[in-house]
Amino acid sequence: MNNLIKGEKHDWEMVIGLEIHAQVKSNSKLFSSSSTKFGSSPNSQVSLVDAAMPGMLPVINKYCVEQAVKTGVGLNAKINNYSVFDRKNYFYADLPQGYQISQYKYPIVGEGKVTIDFKDGTSKDIRIVRLHLEQDAGKSLHDQNPSKTYVDLNRSGVALMEIVSEPDIRTPDEAGMYISKIRSILMYLDTCDGNMQEGSLRADVNISVRKPGDEYGTRCEIKNLNSIKFIKQAINYEAKRQIEILESGGSIEQNTMLFNTSTGKTRPMRNKEEAHDYRYFPDPDLLPLEISEEEIGKIKSSIPKLPDELKNKFIEIYKLSNYDASVLTAEKQTSDYFNETINSDSELKNHAKIVVNWITSELFSLLNKNNQDLNNSPVSPENLGQLIKLISKNEISGKIAKDVLEDMFSSGKTARQIVDEKGLQQVTDQGEIAKVIDEVIAENPKMVEQYLAGKDKLLGFFVGQAMKLTKGKANPKMLNDILKQKLNKKN
Amino acid sequence: MSKSSLKQTLKNLETKKISIRELNQDYLKRIKEKENLNVFIHFSEENVLKQIDNLEKDNSAKKLKGIPIAIKDLFCTKSMPTTAASKILENFNPTYESFVTQKLLDEGSIFVGKTNLDEFAMGSATNTSFFGNTINPLSKENEPLAPGGSSGGSAAAVAADLCLGATGTDTGGSIRQPASFCGVVGIKPTYGLCSRWGIAAFASSLDQAGIFSHNVEDASILLQSIAGFDQRDSTSAKVDIPNYFENLDDDLNGKTVGIPKEYSIDGTPMEISEIWDNAIKVLEKKGVKIKNISLPHSKYALPTYYIIAPAEASSNLARYDGVKYGFRSDEIDSLDEMYENTRAQGFGREVKRRILIGTYVLSAGYYDAYYLKAQKVRKLIADDFNKAFKECDFIVTPTAPSAAFPLNEKQNDPIKMYLNDVFTVPASLAGLPGISIPFGEDKNNLPLGIQILGKHFDEQQVFNAAVSLERSYE
Amino acid sequence: MKIDKNTINKIARLSRIKLDDKESEDYINDLNSILDWVEQLNEVNTEDVEPLSNISSSILPKREDVSKDTNSSEEILENAPDKLEGFFAVPKVVE
Ligand SMILES: [Mg+2]
Ligand SMILES: [Zn+2]
Repeated sequence: MNNLIKGEKHDWEMVIGLEIHAQVKSNSKLFSSSSTKFGSSPNSQVSLVDAAMPGMLPVINKYCVEQAVKTGVGLNAKINNYSVFDRKNYFYADLPQGYQISQYKYPIVGEGKVTIDFKDGTSKDIRIVRLHLEQDAGKSLHDQNPSKTYVDLNRSGVALMEIVSEPDIRTPDEAGMYISKIRSILMYLDTCDGNMQEGSLRADVNISVRKPGDEYGTRCEIKNLNSIKFIKQAINYEAKRQIEILESGGSIEQNTMLFNTSTGKTRPMRNKEEAHDYRYFPDPDLLPLEISEEEIGKIKSSIPKLPDELKNKFIEIYKLSNYDASVLTAEKQTSDYFNETINSDSELKNHAKIVVNWITSELFSLLNKNNQDLNNSPVSPENLGQLIKLISKNEISGKIAKDVLEDMFSSGKTARQIVDEKGLQQVTDQGEIAKVIDEVIAENPKMVEQYLAGKDKLLGFFVGQAMKLTKGKANPKMLNDILKQKLNKKN
Repeated sequence: MSKSSLKQTLKNLETKKISIRELNQDYLKRIKEKENLNVFIHFSEENVLKQIDNLEKDNSAKKLKGIPIAIKDLFCTKSMPTTAASKILENFNPTYESFVTQKLLDEGSIFVGKTNLDEFAMGSATNTSFFGNTINPLSKENEPLAPGGSSGGSAAAVAADLCLGATGTDTGGSIRQPASFCGVVGIKPTYGLCSRWGIAAFASSLDQAGIFSHNVEDASILLQSIAGFDQRDSTSAKVDIPNYFENLDDDLNGKTVGIPKEYSIDGTPMEISEIWDNAIKVLEKKGVKIKNISLPHSKYALPTYYIIAPAEASSNLARYDGVKYGFRSDEIDSLDEMYENTRAQGFGREVKRRILIGTYVLSAGYYDAYYLKAQKVRKLIADDFNKAFKECDFIVTPTAPSAAFPLNEKQNDPIKMYLNDVFTVPASLAGLPGISIPFGEDKNNLPLGIQILGKHFDEQQVFNAAVSLERSYE
Repeated sequence: MKIDKNTINKIARLSRIKLDDKESEDYINDLNSILDWVEQLNEVNTEDVEPLSNISSSILPKREDVSKDTNSSEEILENAPDKLEGFFAVPKVVE
């Protein structure tokens, strides 16, 4: 695989690392009891602690700690028995304390890795540096008033897990696959709702370019991207920008960038002249966080099967390809749906590949077209299973099955109902098919002559005519066989 | 005039010798007479009368029912504004009640007012307050003396008999030193004994609430009332609080007192060495074994403290930015302008000095050399005490290196000012309980205090030693 | 001298405290004398000493994940110097 991009002068390689901020799925905030609900009226979910009133103190949410540990296990990472909360000091309107409580020197989770799978069947490991717990900031609204910025502290103090990768990513696609994989793991674990539109999952992208084999170049950080599409766009734009500078003899300035979603461009943030100095130090309002092996073990035992494990299971049991299995396990709802479908009838187990195809291509495209989600699919796994069984038993053709599925989707009826009502059952009666073929041959003597003279392609014509007469219900294989037999007899 | 004690007053109220109203009107009268001392940042007679009305309607039995208490204006209170003696919290009205003051309210005490302090508790003379100096009630005419600090208002309130007890906070000596200067009793308990919830923070790893009172018995009653575990403070201790007063025992026979040689500092006034010797002699007579101990890192306590406390303060005070509450400058062309002007105009000189030094010692390139180094020395200081307490039950030292000094002295040289805390800071760094009781006078008849330090959460031993010394002094 | 004009400006900027020239001068002097004074800590051998950041020997207490304290925005905005439409208001920020 070639991951290089062509510049004017030579080829370049991107070096990309991601810092993902994932909101912990919890009822209350990391250090206060106010609600984490999304979309409430401004400043209605703000405790005295979140608003940094004088004398207010943080008390940690036990559940958030457990969720971080769970996620660490899901990332195949080392869970640290000892971690420390530090203060990261800086001033901003939506940072009420004047510092963010985060973890700096001693994060709760250490090194790990996740695997991404490519279409060609290969895969790649992306190493994780760490995961730490920290507070989210509030929200600044800059365009509600001509002269003022508004501040809403509802998000202030919500628990985030920051997941930092090594710069192991080489292309925008890999970046997309990596974040999808992280999202998938989080959702399997139920530690984050994965909702990127609502900002529950967002990423800072660190990117540099280099000539293949060179040392890392100077990187820029693109802040706060909340969709995979934007992540890819931003990387592409930023890489091109850096290459152009380097090829024209310039050098890259280490910068924090913002991505403009409407222009598709990155630009440096203001105040870049000011060097940050966060003055991290252990938060004296908190004590070190200690987790025993026993507690970790307890959390581990509560963890459900994760995508990679499930993927290997599917490959083993159903003999699926690596890629099919990874598509199937990318989202928990997909693998759940697959499991329910294939378990709805014992015979389906021998047709796993067909089940995969019907879920990931036919059903997915219908859901897509109708803007619906697998979670509320009008076609239940049992019903899809029934449809696939009809196909596998030659009761209906694949072509007709597509129409049946569409009908199931809109009417909510079962496959059986539709096939019976519309009489779509495949015609497998030899005599009936032979009769139709005789009709076709009789009506097209010229064509028969041409065919016999060597124009083999005409076979399709006869098939088509015969299908038409049976309204597509004739078993295609039988139709073909009988047709050939009859024509050859004429010879 | 001999001041009536809390213990006696509770008896008088119980036997109806005096009513809650009569009692408090007596204090109100004195408060108004002593207005020139500038003890209170907030005082409202109306508010006190309202509290009396409410208590008169309340039939339940309460431990401190009707007792007039003064509150350091660092404790957030619902019924009165809270300023931390800073312009930046001018007009701040908390919608919540601190843990400590809530406990006092639950016991039925009456808050007479909010007392003056050094701005954000940073100082040793109550002369950095935005609301002006407090004058030590023991001053002679035309020679105003400092009450000590930072809880100078609370110490003065007790000394001038404007209340039967007062709350204070002690970060490096802010209860013990003013108690010594004003001739009252002041106790700083073990770090974690009283919740910090609702106290505007100065240095979180050191701040601790405590009590001023006329005598040790009263202090033991009041500390009992404000101590206890609070789940809203992660550093609050889950320990049983004994009934200090009931358990008071002045028989020290068989106990061992530690006398740290490092506390004999060149330049300490004669009188202070004398009262220290005196205290040791008294203890010896009571059958206490005298043990010379060594706290070898004591001399490094002050510089350690003056790195750690400002570092924490620089971060704790970042929340005063003109956004959520308090003062905001009118020069606000941009967000940064707003911050810089608000904080420049809202904080006083000493607070700014400490924020700047704290910012410096935490900044990139200096953290290890200053902050981390100080934390390591702090560990050595704490270890010194741990070792010493294997050999003794309590430690006795002077409280402060001088008696109350004239109000305007020592203002310009910060280090000279910081030296006031030389005897109190080591125990603060180690989180130990300490009490100061009056135990003598200097040549100008100004009170001098003796400090008694105990093991972690051994307030009872501290009280016992203190009451024993107190009874032999009176 | 550890603190010069540049350093004091940098610290003041980090602390968001505006200083005029006179104040800068004063603080340069104060801070330098304080830093010289704390220099004595270098006499102490702290090799292999664990830094002490909190005196408490107990373990970090944790709360259950229960959401409460849902407030009215009026209450949280009560002391705000500038509030509009349920928000805290500050001078406009251009990112
Ligand atoms: Mg980042
Ligand atoms: Zn982060």
